[in-house]
Order: sequence, then structure tokens, then C-alpha cells
Amino acid sequence: MNKMTLVKNMIAERAIEARKQKDGDNFAKIPDFKAGDTAIVAVRVVEGEKERIQNFKGIVLSRRGDGINQTFLIRKISNGVGVERIFPLYSPMIQSIKIFREGRTRRAKLYYLRGMSDRKIRQKLS
Amino acid sequence: MKAAILGKKLGMTSYFTDDGIQIPCTVIEAGPCTVVQVKTNEKEGYNAIQIGFEEIAEKKVNNPLKGHFEKAGVKPTRYLKEFRDFNADLSIGEVLSVKQFETGDKVKITSKSKGRGFQGVVKRHHFGGGKASHGQSSKKRHGGSVGASSYPSRIFKGKKMPGQMSGKKASIQNIEIIEVLPEQNLILIKGSVPGAPNTILEIIKR
Repeated sequence: MNKMTLVKNMIAERAIEARKQKDGDNFAKIPDFKAGDTAIVAVRVVEGEKERIQNFKGIVLSRRGDGINQTFLIRKISNGVGVERIFPLYSPMIQSIKIFREGRTRRAKLYYLRGMSDRKIRQKLS
Repeated sequence: MKAAILGKKLGMTSYFTDDGIQIPCTVIEAGPCTVVQVKTNEKEGYNAIQIGFEEIAEKKVNNPLKGHFEKAGVKPTRYLKEFRDFNADLSIGEVLSVKQFETGDKVKITSKSKGRGFQGVVKRHHFGGGKASHGQSSKKRHGGSVGASSYPSRIFKGKKMPGQMSGKKASIQNIEIIEVLPEQNLILIKGSVPGAPNTILEIIKR
């Protein structure tokens, strides 16, 4: 096997292993999701010594990259302010990703949803 | 010099640290390198070792080099490089591997940077270029005046002008090793190194 592929696979395996070790029985496989889906990302937040889980629920605007370099962009409205976060798909800081609602889209990148009202977005994703 | 090796840049990828942080990482295939010649102060006037990297078939080396390898009694290699003032006592035929390095080491990496060809001053020296409007048509990416007139009647040495950009020796210092994989002869480095994939690299630990 190509040595570069070997290293990439090793890093990916290790990232999954790190999650397995942290979660034990609670380990959740990352589901197949796409842009337009509403997802709940359970993120580990480290506060000093302690670690807790924080949920980030929003619409997936885009997925990019391949293999270990994959990331996804997720957007939510928090207290009237739009908040966007980019997560590496293989990040050990992600505890789980749950698909809350599936969206039907014609595009892979949904950046045009940014300025839209809730009602318009709902129309676009159904 | 505590450790030195020759390697080849394979490419870049991401790496997750134990804290779960994603960092950029360069993958380097390095060694095993055989010592081909040991130069001493008494004989050559300075202390150095010459190491070879990447074995090749005997028919691929020319006669002078063939003699050089035969004298040392080692297999011919594609690359030969000299490293001055090596700390360890090494003899001809000894093998240097990535085991010389460990995680957390700060190393210096020297290689040939990606050649960018003949470039203008905007790309090569980050000049601002000329005005885009107010009737300017042919001066958008020019450097402007290169000096005064009758005094000094010449252009000062080192004046930044268009020319060949990169494609020459470049180094990066104090770059961190994140991991060493001895079975695969691989070193993972934090961040980037000069050159395109398959560039030959000198990795030095002082």
C-alpha cells in the first residue's frame, strides 16, 4: 500500500479508537448525513479538569474534504444571532452526531440559506 | 550535530493530538541511510560523514561513483550527502535510521523549494503595483522607479526586481516531530516543509 494512504488510514483509525476509548459502551458511529440535514452534534467541552458534553443543533450547510480531512459546516440561530461552526468529521472532540431531520436539497452547498427567514428555509428544505 | 538523515517528502495530511486538536502534518519517508565515507580532520581537513539514501541497481551508477561505493563496500544509492561535525562515532557501512529521532524533537529541515519561475515584483517581493484607475493602463503590476538620476547614476545592488523566484535551497528551523514510525521509516512533522512531494530533504537535529 502507498505509504501516504497508510498514514492517513492510521490517523483515521486512531481518531475512531480515541472516541471508542472515551465513550466505551456509549460509542456512536458517525451516521451518513448530507447538507440540508438538521443534526445534533454532541461536542466535548473541556473546562479545566472536567469534560462535559454540549449539544450543537443546526442545519448542515456543507461537507468538504475527503478521508481524514473531511469537515462539515453547521449553522444555528442562537438568541437571534446566527452561529456557524466547522467540525472535522473525525475529531475525537465529537461524541456523537444525530440526524434530527432530513432535508431535501438540490445543492451540495447551502450557503444561500444564510440570509433567509425560518419559513423560507423550511420551504427550501422540504 | 546529534542526528541527521535524508528523506523524501510524501505529502501532507491532518493529525489529531491527544487533546483532540487537529494540526497540519507532513509525512516524510526517511532513511535507512548508510555511511559511505567518514572524513576526518587529519585527512580531509574537516570532520564529516557522507551518507547515501535510496538504493539503486549497480548498473545505474557511473564508474567514478561505482568505485566510490565499492571502496566503502556498500550498495550504490541514488543520493549522497555530507553532514559536518557529527557527534556520534560512526564507521563506514553503519546504518542511520529514523530511530535517531523521537517525538517532540526540534529539527531543521533543508530542501529545494517549489520553483515559481520568472516572476514580477508583485508576486516576488510583495510590491503594491500601480494604480488601477486614473488613466493608468500599463502600470498595474510594475515596481515604479528603480533609483535616482545623475547621482548615483547606477542602480543599487540588491534592488528588488523581477526574476527567478524560489526553486532554490530553503530551510525551516525548529520544526517539531510529532511522531516517528520506525517500521515504515516514516517521520511525521508538525506543519509544512519546503518543496513539492518527492523532494529530497535533509533532516538535522542539533
